[in-house]
Amino acid sequence: MDGQEQFRKQVRTIYRLLVVVFTMVGLITVVGIYMITDPTLSAFKKVETDLEYTIVQKEDEDEDKIENGIHVRTGLIDAEGLMTVVNNCTTCHSSKLVTQNRMDKERWIATIRWMQETQNLWNLGDNEEIIVNYLVKNYPSYKKGRREILTNIEWYDLQE
Amino acid sequence: MKRRNFVKKTVLSSIATLIGVDIVFGTTMPNGYQPIILQDPDPYKMFNKDKGMEVLNDRPWNIEAKAHLLDDKITPNKFMFIRNNGLIPENIESKTWTLTIDGESVKQQKTYTLADLKSKFTEYTYQLTLECGGNGRSEFDPPAKGNQWTVGAVSCAQWTGVRLRDILEDTGIKDNAVYIGYHAADTHLSGDQKKEPISRGVPMSKALQDETLLAYKMNGEDIPLAHGYPLRLVAGGWPASVSGKWVNRISIRNKIHDGTKMTGTAYRIPCESIVPGEKVKDEDMCIIESMPVKSLITYPKSGAMIDQGKKLDIRGHAWAGELEVTKMEYSIDFGATWKECPIEKPVNRLAWQHFSASVDFPKKGYYEVWAKATDSKGTSQPMILPGWNPKGYLNNACHRIAIKVK
Repeated sequence: MDGQEQFRKQVRTIYRLLVVVFTMVGLITVVGIYMITDPTLSAFKKVETDLEYTIVQKEDEDEDKIENGIHVRTGLIDAEGLMTVVNNCTTCHSSKLVTQNRMDKERWIATIRWMQETQNLWNLGDNEEIIVNYLVKNYPSYKKGRREILTNIEWYDLQE
Repeated sequence: MKRRNFVKKTVLSSIATLIGVDIVFGTTMPNGYQPIILQDPDPYKMFNKDKGMEVLNDRPWNIEAKAHLLDDKITPNKFMFIRNNGLIPENIESKTWTLTIDGESVKQQKTYTLADLKSKFTEYTYQLTLECGGNGRSEFDPPAKGNQWTVGAVSCAQWTGVRLRDILEDTGIKDNAVYIGYHAADTHLSGDQKKEPISRGVPMSKALQDETLLAYKMNGEDIPLAHGYPLRLVAGGWPASVSGKWVNRISIRNKIHDGTKMTGTAYRIPCESIVPGEKVKDEDMCIIESMPVKSLITYPKSGAMIDQGKKLDIRGHAWAGELEVTKMEYSIDFGATWKECPIEKPVNRLAWQHFSASVDFPKKGYYEVWAKATDSKGTSQPMILPGWNPKGYLNNACHRIAIKVK
């Protein structure tokens, strides 16, 4: 009986010791892994407030946010007629097809006609004038000549 | 019993601490990170493209390389441009995929599974240059509408498949055959099921060439989805739009194929040269066939600065549509003088060729290295923009890189 009780005590002591050791090792592992993935401890800085803030804001902010004169969602320039362009010109194709092009009035209109004849673009009605004016004002044609100079060169030292 | 319990308990507690890791990360997750399923599709991940590639358009997907990314002799997928006209087909089942040969001039309409193609016909592999007809469009003045490609809408991958000729001969070709036209599984941007985004083709003479393939492999692997998995028509040296992706039907026509983007102004240039900006009637527009002679300096990247007295090693590729490049030159004085440099033979017909040179600079200053290729008929690349055309095709003006000698 006595011997059994003593054995039980010993086991309990070893058990407690092991629990402490395992917990320590576990904690160090957790902190270690965490420090590797987030060394600046950024996740502990105002987690709670940020959380609610972003969720509430996201809903209405994402849609038509303007930053530095640019409609963030589409990359289109914020100017008169923007939303008419967004609603009519970005349903089928990407807004990138608008922003990368530069045309005069005649060619923008010709492009609209081509889309109406071959790409199922609807009749734009009164919106056509708004759209064309927006495009000509914000994405006009400019002179490039027969060959442009090289621009936006990123200079770097060539090591061999 | 107790001993076993004891072991179990400690194991469980360490598992609990391990699970704790997940919980810790879980609480931090909403702060800045959106789970992948909620993010906008990342084209670089989706198509396995290098981060240096430029997305011109995301509906439909159009992505181009830059000159220095095209340095490999065989273009890997990550540097290969994507030009789509419609939406990439979804849920492709290669096991049930079929190719039908039909049209007015087919002797006997036939349908093949991919397994049929692979087992009944001889397999061939060629390295084939595919360049978008609109490569270089961004330089035209007056500007031409469409994706504003700079220099990176060209690739030369290795394609493996069966000869289109072998299949057409298996179905039989009537004497009145003029053209073939492909049909594919991609869908029109407007969602209209009756519309094909693109359905182009080639004259019989091109269709029957040894190198015109129905390919099921690119660079030794299944063709990546964005490049036409599981079956692509590959006709090197012609505008890449001829090399239809996701092909499921080929029609042998008794007239010039009249599918989408064969007619009107698409992939056509004025039959007779015009004043820049001038209007051209549709009937005065002619279909582009072979692409013109062109070259690209792929090393070094533009903007290199070197020390005076050091030589600059340059290299790149040159190609000439149906023809071969027979002469390669470079200039460091804006074309006032040209030096010839070696140009390798192509590994097979319609593959691009490689050039290299070691360039000397006489003194410090700003330089541009210009490259000029000449084809087997003696035609060279122009230094300025070639003939203006309404859709901005075939800009094969000399490529150049900026260099500073310090």
